[in-house]
Amino acid sequence: MHRFEYFAPESLDEAITLLKEHGDGVKLLAGGTDLLVQMKEAGLHPAAVVSLHALTELRGLEFDEADGLHVGAATDMATIEAFAVVRERFAALADGAGVLGSVQTRNMATLGGNIANAAPSADTAPPLVVLDAIAEIAGPDGSRRLPVGEIFAGPGTSTLAPDEILVGFHLPTPPARTGSVYQRHTPRKIMDIAVVGVAVQLTLATDADTIREARICLGAVAPTVIRAREAEEALTDHEASDELFAQAAEMAQAAASPISDVRGSAEFRRYLAGVMTKRCLGIALERAKGA
Amino acid sequence: MAEKRTVRYTINGRSHEAYIEPNRTLLEVLRDELRLTGAKEGCGTGDCGACSVIVNGKVVTSCLMLAPQADGAELITIEGLAHGGELHPLQQTFIEKGAVQCGFCIPGMILAGKALLDSNPKPNEHEIRQAIAGNLCRCTGYTKIVEAIAAATGGVA
Repeated sequence: MHRFEYFAPESLDEAITLLKEHGDGVKLLAGGTDLLVQMKEAGLHPAAVVSLHALTELRGLEFDEADGLHVGAATDMATIEAFAVVRERFAALADGAGVLGSVQTRNMATLGGNIANAAPSADTAPPLVVLDAIAEIAGPDGSRRLPVGEIFAGPGTSTLAPDEILVGFHLPTPPARTGSVYQRHTPRKIMDIAVVGVAVQLTLATDADTIREARICLGAVAPTVIRAREAEEALTDHEASDELFAQAAEMAQAAASPISDVRGSAEFRRYLAGVMTKRCLGIALERAKGA
Repeated sequence: MAEKRTVRYTINGRSHEAYIEPNRTLLEVLRDELRLTGAKEGCGTGDCGACSVIVNGKVVTSCLMLAPQADGAELITIEGLAHGGELHPLQQTFIEKGAVQCGFCIPGMILAGKALLDSNPKPNEHEIRQAIAGNLCRCTGYTKIVEAIAAATGGVA
């Protein structure tokens, strides 16, 4: 790797000041599983690297029934996947964190890094969007909150300013009878990047299988992750059935605008978006009934 | 701040330090400065797992960790598994099951196996295969490696 200045600030303010001082040539380092690959192989040569590893306040999860779930941005995927409340109540996030990379990757990669890198195929992005996550972002003028879906601007580009840092994510407690899921298609079972990723969250009426709220988010089929809003509206206030799910899946498929690349053609991706949406609706329904 | 600095690790229970520039990876410092050459560089991009070591109880790819990021950490490398001439159970079963051919992937493979058994002493075959999913072997076809890890638990995969 090329030489760079290295900083490991011990406070968030210090980190933001370093980002401000070093301008465009600075890169934030969290888990390193994307950044170091880019620095070794993709010609990225930052003049300075600011590591977040000394900022322990950016790590860890907290859950409170009234306040919901807070996940620190520098929390690693393995810790997230292992957190019992995430598995039980925020299953789509456990699915995404649990399928990313390998054991080694999941021990290093962080939730904030996966989001800030803004890959359309990021395995935790569709889950956070359907779980209604709000990102907390710190910058020189204080902190701001933004729905996770609004962080993504295009493939690999985000709406975060260069001197801003993702601090954490807030996920509201899902209502009763709510279930969520994330699934992806990859040619290899593991250590691969999603060809298509789909996250779904369904909330059912208390005494029937009528869908009160539906959220569908598609990954790797557009320049950013996208909501399939037409499909969500078609599901809302209707009774869950195979026919309804097939209709919604067709609408989700129509919402996809994928590219062709080495992982799959646009046509294949669009088709998969439909198949996987239908499959995920079925899983979310079962999970909602059990919740 | 690009200048050299001292990093300190506890590796296999012993204190080590190295005086390095911050653009060195943990793997480079282990191999080139501390002469612990059990961890290997295969791909250098976190895909093959040959550089796996255990840092603060978690198995990681040391090729994707900057040396200063691990400053102060406790490490376990393949060199720390045998004690007083007695092999670790995983090392023993890898030999007994014929799980080693060229051997390049084996230090990482055994540490991935150890990380699994430390948290899940009785894994099933699916769990074993998941645990070594980040460790590529181009010789064995994995079957004997999976058998060796299962045998170290006293079970059969």
